[in-house]
Amino acid sequence: MVKKNLGKIKGFTIQFLPYTEIKGLNSTERIKKILGIVLNNNIVILQGRLKTEEEARLIGDTMAMIDHVKNFKGIELAVIGGNGNNGFFSRAKQNLANAIAGGDMGAVTIIGPATIVKEIKKNPKKIELLLEK
Amino acid sequence: MAMKMLQNFFKKIFSNIFKNKKEIKLGFYGPPNAGKTSLVNRICKDFTGEELGSVSKVPHETRNVQFKEKVEISYKGSTLVFKIIDTPGIATKIDYEDFLKYRVPKQEAKKRAKEATQGVVESIKWLDDMDMVVIVLDATENPYNQVNITIIGNLVARKIPVLIVANKVDLRKADIKKIESAFPEYDVVGISAKFGKNLEEFYESIFKVSKKVK
Repeated sequence: MVKKNLGKIKGFTIQFLPYTEIKGLNSTERIKKILGIVLNNNIVILQGRLKTEEEARLIGDTMAMIDHVKNFKGIELAVIGGNGNNGFFSRAKQNLANAIAGGDMGAVTIIGPATIVKEIKKNPKKIELLLEK
Repeated sequence: MAMKMLQNFFKKIFSNIFKNKKEIKLGFYGPPNAGKTSLVNRICKDFTGEELGSVSKVPHETRNVQFKEKVEISYKGSTLVFKIIDTPGIATKIDYEDFLKYRVPKQEAKKRAKEATQGVVESIKWLDDMDMVVIVLDATENPYNQVNITIIGNLVARKIPVLIVANKVDLRKADIKKIESAFPEYDVVGISAKFGKNLEEFYESIFKVSKKVK
């Protein structure tokens, strides 16, 4: 794998990714696309959400990249809203439907590099994006 | 002679029942420093007399999946046989500089960080092998962490029964109600692995949830 170097952070952008951009991609391509954006010091705001197994794979691939990309320390990840917000189980059931229909358009996924996003604080009523100084 | 044959017959049947008793693969998952190894050690000590792994205040102390086979847990006259699997804490970021705050030397911190990233990958891979999972959460931390939701989502997708443990209830900041409201569809047991508090309720829940194992 080619060793990348993120260097010193001089700034960042927030990139909105419509679900249509990843809809036709397979899991590997989706994760590659998202991590590609994050590695360029961008915070991704994805319309919809990944499948749960894709989320797990995103975490696994992120860990593998920490060893190969200098100054990359990982990601912060949060999924907000979406169908069935009243309970996890109903969300899980809804996810199955979403897996067939694609996406859960009511949800928004935020993924940012840990060098920029210190923490995403989440509770049922609000979300806070804390940035590194 | 007939009596002896009868005795042998029953002995054979009982030994076969015991031999065929399925070993339930019980995984312990959760974020780093939630107390997974402390709880696993407590269980192993209670039922085998020896602990499984080392514990530390420094996060990512467990960096390899470690397990103990044929752990017979008894509760109210019933016994179940488990393969206890302790996994490294799952995180989305690992920075060696975080370990320096715990006075870990720089080279060792870098090594620890590298091993920790590999540990997370290993934990995720092991998800497919579990029959049942205990999610260990730190009751003093915010449960609405995406890592927790992702792990549980993956277990639901694999139809693996889940029990949630809210650890560290001995601490003043602990808030079990917050964990219960975050995961209302699951049994949440508040315990203190460090002080062995409420383990009876934990074992009762383990037996209850194990009935869902296919």
